Amino acid sequence: MKSRHKKLALIGGALAVIGIIAALVLNALNSNIALYITPTEVAAGKAPQDKLFRIGGMVKEGSIARQADGVTLRFVITDTEKDITVDYKGILPDLFKEGKGAVAQGKLTAAGTFTATEVLAKHDENYMPPEAAKAVHDAQTRAATAAAADEKPKASY
Amino acid sequence: MTDRFNLYRYASPATFYPLAGALIPYFAAVSVVFGLAGLWLGMLVAPTDFQQGEGYRIIFIHVPASWMSMFIYLVMAFWAAIGLAFNTRLSGMMAQALAPTGALMAFLSLWTGALWGKPMWGTWWVWDARLTSELILLFLYIGYMALTAAIDDARRADKAGGILLLVGVVNIPIIYFSVKWWNTLHQGSSVNLTKSSMAETMLWGMLLMAMCFWMYSIAVAFARVRTIMLERERHTDWVKALLAGDEK
Repeated sequence: MKSRHKKLALIGGALAVIGIIAALVLNALNSNIALYITPTEVAAGKAPQDKLFRIGGMVKEGSIARQADGVTLRFVITDTEKDITVDYKGILPDLFKEGKGAVAQGKLTAAGTFTATEVLAKHDENYMPPEAAKAVHDAQTRAATAAAADEKPKASY
Repeated sequence: MTDRFNLYRYASPATFYPLAGALIPYFAAVSVVFGLAGLWLGMLVAPTDFQQGEGYRIIFIHVPASWMSMFIYLVMAFWAAIGLAFNTRLSGMMAQALAPTGALMAFLSLWTGALWGKPMWGTWWVWDARLTSELILLFLYIGYMALTAAIDDARRADKAGGILLLVGVVNIPIIYFSVKWWNTLHQGSSVNLTKSSMAETMLWGMLLMAMCFWMYSIAVAFARVRTIMLERERHTDWVKALLAGDEK
């Protein structure tokens, strides 16, 4: 084995060791690296008490409602399994919409709702013209109604 | 032996210097052509996005810059490994020549990302895994440049910098997969080798801009490596002959 090949092997070995160390460190830090936790994790008691944290998920369809005081907004963040009701006073980003992703920072109240101090919109990785988006949406609605039509006779048995 | 094509021949600065010089105009011209085509496609032809409207068009700078910031780092790490293993002179120079361009790309990526994040997400910055690891990449570039600049002996500077580069490589997969591994505010990747979730004209605009950035990086790195060669090899015969030739 030539010395330069030995060196190359040494560099490769060192890189592998660094990679393994990094993987272990990242694994240990896993829960701290996550920007937000999901409503399911909150329900499982993973939310910190009396400390600011972030929850993330979809804004439930039809859930955005302005409260009687005129400034507080109430909406539901869901991961389709569990829901959390969020109260928020402040400016919302343009992309904050029902059925779209959102990340809220705040605290849990005793009543189990979430009081947010900051709400951010999380958009997905799809980029397309509005017509294409409408076509996709229409196709999904058609598929959903077709699936619902298929379900019905089974349910009545 | 002399008529056989030999790649090692170009590992010598004396032969690489004129080659790089001859190639720079081509890479620069190709970069301009790709850039004009990419901007035309991205800014004028590509459709408006269904959720972000016109604001998404910053993607044509943001994504190519981010890709190049990661790719240039990998190339530098490759040169560092070659330099440490084979003790070649040129590899350290190549790594040094690439560093400022890599840092520029990382900075552009973060800056355009902030400009994009404010209107869409509602914040300039958030400490999520993607943004933080890209910031670490910028610090790695700056750290590499500071480290190599702080050591007077060029060969020792290359060695120290090379080790830093190789250790930092671990950050690249972290940047790339961060959106998959952890909950982040940054969305997942729209494009990889097997799929794309972008409209076709948008995708082509982005790929053309990426080619433009790539060719630009090569042209600039070649120009920079030529000056590094002259500076480091100033005591050699070929540089003396070259400079004497210039003066005539």
